[in-house]
Amino acid sequence: MFGTAKRDTALLIIVAILTLFAPFLLNPFPAGSAMAQFNAGYPDLMQRFVIFGIFAIGFNILFGLTGYLSFGHAAFLGVGSYAVVWMYKLLDYNIIWGLPLAIVISGVFALMIGFISLRRSGIYFSILTLAFAQMMFAISYSDLLGRFFGTTITNGETGLQVYRSDPQVLIDSWESVPHLLGLVEMRSTYTMRLGDWSFDFNAGYYFCAVIMLLTFYLAIRIFRSPFGMMLRAVKSNQQRMNYTGLNTRPYALAAFVISGMYAGLAGGLMAAMDPLAGAERMQWTASGEVVLMTILGGAGTLIGPVLGAGFIKYFENIFSKINDNVLHSWFAFLPDGIEDFMVVIVHPFVGKGWHLTLGLMFMLVVIFLPGGLVEGGQRIARLFRRKNARNDAPDGSKTPAE
Amino acid sequence: MAILEVKNVGKRFGGLQALNNVNLSVAENSCHAIIGPNGAGKSTLLNCLVGKLIPDTGSVMFDGQSVLGRKPYEINQMGISRVFQTPEIFGDLTVMENMMIPCFAKRDGAFELNAITSVTSQRDVVEKAEHMLEDMNLIDKRGMHAASMSRGDKRRLEIAMCLAQDPRLLLLDEPTAGMARADTNNTIDLLKRIKDERDITIAIIEHDMHVVFSLAERITVLAQGTPLVEDTPEKIKGHPKVREAYLGESQDAA
Repeated sequence: MFGTAKRDTALLIIVAILTLFAPFLLNPFPAGSAMAQFNAGYPDLMQRFVIFGIFAIGFNILFGLTGYLSFGHAAFLGVGSYAVVWMYKLLDYNIIWGLPLAIVISGVFALMIGFISLRRSGIYFSILTLAFAQMMFAISYSDLLGRFFGTTITNGETGLQVYRSDPQVLIDSWESVPHLLGLVEMRSTYTMRLGDWSFDFNAGYYFCAVIMLLTFYLAIRIFRSPFGMMLRAVKSNQQRMNYTGLNTRPYALAAFVISGMYAGLAGGLMAAMDPLAGAERMQWTASGEVVLMTILGGAGTLIGPVLGAGFIKYFENIFSKINDNVLHSWFAFLPDGIEDFMVVIVHPFVGKGWHLTLGLMFMLVVIFLPGGLVEGGQRIARLFRRKNARNDAPDGSKTPAE
Repeated sequence: MAILEVKNVGKRFGGLQALNNVNLSVAENSCHAIIGPNGAGKSTLLNCLVGKLIPDTGSVMFDGQSVLGRKPYEINQMGISRVFQTPEIFGDLTVMENMMIPCFAKRDGAFELNAITSVTSQRDVVEKAEHMLEDMNLIDKRGMHAASMSRGDKRRLEIAMCLAQDPRLLLLDEPTAGMARADTNNTIDLLKRIKDERDITIAIIEHDMHVVFSLAERITVLAQGTPLVEDTPEKIKGHPKVREAYLGESQDAA
């Protein structure tokens, strides 16, 4: 089905089901209960899950396949956001104008930056991409280009937003927020209540989810194509490629541009959910975040980057909200002294300390599971299969490795 | 007719004249060996042929066209394939994928953005790669990671990958270096078979005299960057200059 192998089709279907039912799956605890802290099923966060999923899927096409570690991909995220907000300002709030533009413009930027950066490999390539991204951040943050041309391009540190004085030539009187073709507003949410539980179904989330599924499907096709195989060959042995009559440069550049376009689309979707674009989206921390997501989930695997994006966004938004009051309520069943002691112990790892937990988790994954969370899953699956195999076949015939 | 014509090639690295006025002519469909003591400039000469190095002087013509100034992948597409001293293969990829890459390079050229169709749907490439693996007795290992194969298998895979491109000239850089006797003999047999079955020219750099005398039809002896003699194996064996420059210095190689 879909022209993909059985296993890939199964993976695609699983991901599709998970994203479609995410509003249920992410809200497993009744609203108002002590565990409601861990509910992640609110529109804002769900949108971020899938948008960063797209970002990481694209990044993985570059880093996971070719091994070129870009430290400047957030620049394309920012470019995409600016493109979409500019379409709001010039035309109207219909997101259909901005998103294709975001992909095209970020692709052009990726072509230019990649063309220069790919003259070097390894750490020098990473530094070049980082330098380009920081330059773009600095230019956006001060609106250097805008001041040069005597107009607004990025609107500096305020961030780009829509003003009443903007042309908005296609605007209708009812438009005030981003929408798709006038059919549905991105922020519109239907809340379903079932007893104590409540589930949010947000139009913006579903729009992003569908796009993520499309980009995921495209990534599967790329992974399984001759082009994808060449990208893995770039990572494996460039010398052999050159002496096999293959020019490595355009392969790496194509991967760079494709992943840049993915990033641009993700940035565009951010602005499609919330009609703002700020320079901080381009900062190197954001570039570093997508590297973490990809490695945490499993670089070079299909589903890994999506898992990694989900994990990091979950930690960032859920763990950071746990404060001492919440901790006290959790440990209330303990005697007073021990309760306070436990709170003191756990305190550094939650709330503002969520980075610490994430850092520890990242260390554990890199040391014990170099293949990321996906490798963890595979090991568990293998463990079960071995047990089953032992039960079925006492002669010890082993199941073939993947 | 000469398929490879090297004329007055010189290459200097700082104070070292690695190649000095080298002339070499390799006849089409022959097997030509280049021998010489360590530091004679054999590898430098080979690197000048494949575009890794650009000689300071002289010319290198392949089939009537100059290779100088061309990139390694362009020279490869002209029909020159190279086997390295330590097998250069795609270690992270499977044996089958290793075999398919040169087939794609032969079919699609140096770059092709074939990003939507799946690899397995390219029947012509899959069949060709399978055929090559069968021919090389590697078909059982098709799903294996190439890096986990034995050295002899890696060498055979590398040769198979070069042959999949139907090169007109196959360059071998000490193909049996570091191999056990049995593996060396297998490699010799393989190269003999390739020579018999295909219209191919082989140029080989080798230390092992056993390999050279079993394969080569002509031998060039290189010493200190200059060709000493070029002749048939029988004549080379007894040549006083060769004994002095090469065999005399390293008795164990004879």
